[in-house]
Amino acid sequence: MTTQRTSGRRKQALAAAAVVAALLTTAACGGGGDDSNGGSKNGAPGFDAANNKVAQASEAKKGGTLKFASSQDADSWDTTRGYYGFMWNFSRYYSRQLVTNKTEPGKAGAEVTPDLATGLAKVSDDGKTYTYTLRDGVTWEDGKPITSKDVKYGIERVWAQDVLSGGPTYLKEVLDPKDEYQGPYKDKSKDKLGLKAIETPDDKTIVFKLPEANSDFEEMLALTSASPVRQDKDTKSKYGLRPFSSGPYKFESYNPGKDLTLVRNTEWKQESDPVRKAYPDKITIKFFSNANDLDARLIAGDYDLDLAQTGLSPQGRTTALKEHKANLDNPVSGYIRYATFAQNVKPFDNIHCRKAMLFGADHVSLQTARGGPVAGGDIGTNMLPPSVPGSEGQKYDPYGMAGENKKGNIEKAKEELKACGKPNGFKSKIAVRNNKPVEVATAESMQASLKKVGIDLEIEQYDGSQYASVVGSPSNVAKKGYGVIIMGWGPDFPSVQGYGLPLWHSDYILDSANNNFALIKDEKIDGLFADYLTELDDAGKAKIATEINHKVMEGAYYLPFVFEKFINWRSNNLANVYTTDGYSGMYDFVNLGLKNPKK
Amino acid sequence: MLAYLIRRLFAAAVMLVVIILVVFCIFFLVPKWAGVDIALNYVGKQAGPDAVEAVRQKLSLDDPVVVQAWEFIKGIFAGRTYASGGDVTNCSAPCFGYSFKTEQAVWPVLTERFPVTLALALGAAVLWLIFGLAAGVLSALKRGTLWDRGAMIVALAGVSLPIYFTGLLSLAIFSYGLGWINGEFVPLEDSLTGWLGGMILPWVTLAFLYAAMYARITRATMMEILGEDYIRTARAKGLREPVVIRKHAMRSTLTPLLTMLGMDLGALMGGAILTETTFSLPGLGQKVLDAIQNQDLPFILGVTLITSLAVLIANLVVDVLYAVIDPRVRLA
Repeated sequence: MTTQRTSGRRKQALAAAAVVAALLTTAACGGGGDDSNGGSKNGAPGFDAANNKVAQASEAKKGGTLKFASSQDADSWDTTRGYYGFMWNFSRYYSRQLVTNKTEPGKAGAEVTPDLATGLAKVSDDGKTYTYTLRDGVTWEDGKPITSKDVKYGIERVWAQDVLSGGPTYLKEVLDPKDEYQGPYKDKSKDKLGLKAIETPDDKTIVFKLPEANSDFEEMLALTSASPVRQDKDTKSKYGLRPFSSGPYKFESYNPGKDLTLVRNTEWKQESDPVRKAYPDKITIKFFSNANDLDARLIAGDYDLDLAQTGLSPQGRTTALKEHKANLDNPVSGYIRYATFAQNVKPFDNIHCRKAMLFGADHVSLQTARGGPVAGGDIGTNMLPPSVPGSEGQKYDPYGMAGENKKGNIEKAKEELKACGKPNGFKSKIAVRNNKPVEVATAESMQASLKKVGIDLEIEQYDGSQYASVVGSPSNVAKKGYGVIIMGWGPDFPSVQGYGLPLWHSDYILDSANNNFALIKDEKIDGLFADYLTELDDAGKAKIATEINHKVMEGAYYLPFVFEKFINWRSNNLANVYTTDGYSGMYDFVNLGLKNPKK
Repeated sequence: MLAYLIRRLFAAAVMLVVIILVVFCIFFLVPKWAGVDIALNYVGKQAGPDAVEAVRQKLSLDDPVVVQAWEFIKGIFAGRTYASGGDVTNCSAPCFGYSFKTEQAVWPVLTERFPVTLALALGAAVLWLIFGLAAGVLSALKRGTLWDRGAMIVALAGVSLPIYFTGLLSLAIFSYGLGWINGEFVPLEDSLTGWLGGMILPWVTLAFLYAAMYARITRATMMEILGEDYIRTARAKGLREPVVIRKHAMRSTLTPLLTMLGMDLGALMGGAILTETTFSLPGLGQKVLDAIQNQDLPFILGVTLITSLAVLIANLVVDVLYAVIDPRVRLA
């Protein structure tokens, strides 16, 4: 009797477990496309169909609500303060600049095109004067015209770092290298427009006078931080809670960490904007604290896309790749994930010890730790991201990382150790952020593979949110003996300056918040950057970028892991979807449309 | 009684000041000793010295911890003004700090989010009391039966399984799988049914953990009380069993459970953090986690102090109630 009863209960328990398991595996099957690479009957255009090409452009219709979901809020929605890539991408809904990135897929999306301005800059022969004329009919959300003074004031706000910290400061460094201007909030002039490097002879004309030429200046003007801001609407540090719109949408509501809603700016005129299509009527963001829940709701079709665009979580990725592949794209993010060697920690002051690391590491294992070739990316072989002009991708592989040495070359590593004076290896520490499990996995991979050549690495996890003062302080790095620092970096704008200047130029070695972790002081590299700034020809710029990359790799300061890739989700209802190098492989948000606006 | 109350209030005020000092030491002094510059958390990756200095000024990081704590206490009663670089930010009383990450005063955000956490706690408490007590009493009355064993196994599972697991499982089954419940939070003012739909799974998830604990304790207490002399006397008097249970056994069983309930409601923040994170509920718990992840010290500080204050008030109320019930306490 007892046995029979137990058996019955066991069967019931097994049946219940099977039901739960089945539910878990089939969970979130409602909204996505249902299969393969070549598109699905639900309307998803196919795997990678929007990667560097436009998917379903003609199906975008006016109207409806475009729904973003995100597990993180922006650092700030203030155009001067935002630095997150998705913030720059999203801000084009409510802010315009003189020039902006082209709304085209792939590499073309990283080129600049006129926005508020009637054309690209008229540049003087010496490359120091840039003149723009504003279009007719460009207005703020209250219908008042956008003037050149609004653009100047918006740019001047970058100088108010004591109030508006957080955003990129390239314009400040280029226009006022001696740091003479105090910013509009301390400006004694009546109109608060005292920055001498920008002139506004009339409401339509704006002239930038650079003390020194900078060949990427127009790319800098395409950054969100070059957006116009109207003085009477500037709420200073609170501006990010309710920016005043110059674009096709304006803020209806924003609750930090909860939700954000944009509605149409009725004063915006399509004929005044050659860039934005403004398909949806409304754009919403819902913030989630549970990334798995977010992915499940994306896959269920409750939302159209992920705002952060950093790929699905491992669980969501597995389900999506298996059952909804037609809804996925696998773009290159523009980021390189790497380990760098601090030269102020012995024996990393010796190039041969650094080379021993490059030869001894198992690059396939590092790629696997990052998520493998699809979710992690291709093995990194050098330090220039594929989206940056001058990059050679995996073709430039001076240490055979994706070739003959991809599983590690113990012999060569030992030769380098001998040349370094450490034939039996050495001990050091890897500093890795504790809030990045994938980085911890790469540290473990390095530890395992380098142990085989006698390099004994101890992993030390630190509070990732404190990286600016933990690994960003060279003295702290030396004190703690962090010979190896694991990190990642992406371009602010697609050029060697927008990517590598803070990493490799000796002027960027800082006492705190340092990013030149390797403490590179190479006159040749500094000289090449100087050449780059005055080189106005695109081909010439790309050539210099290639040279800089070669010099960095010859110094063996870095062990690149991957040219990062993501797996991003798009709903069946999205149309006119494409990834763009202008925003590190994200979907170009500003011209997304819906196939069925009523959905 | 008045003297006792004044004594207790004075002790609570001293305790609060001590808590503020300790919290300030943890948040501002310990990082300094560890060589971490807090100001760097509030600036971007291209921050210049101006920006870092301005944050130091705004957060009074260069002041001694005692001065910072005093300014904070003053702000609670009189409000505060943060000024830097031509930007003035007013934080009106009660000012529990100001976040320069989200540019929001701490107090309004916490009060705005509090109803969600309160609704979660109360809804879950009702569920766990009903099911926990019912399961515990029935188990005690049917000791050794299949029901008893089954209920205690479920209770063991409830105590053992983390909220994150049961939460995700409930979402997978009822929301993504069967589609019975949307499971996404909807504000009450938008839709009552939507709100209920968004709250039911968090309630059940949180209640599952506590109901399990309550069921086990109810069972143990009830079994102990059923063996007492006065229960035997009641039965001997010829009272019907339901009356014995309801009027005699239950009353005694409830006393320790109500004390426990008071303590649990006070210390619910841990459960709320996990539940609110799992279900993306915009309550205090979610905000605390977000603040911890972003090193948003003013919010962490504000929530820590408000939670401490809540526990102090709860203790004060309990102390006063004890004094009302037992005059000996007043004299102690």
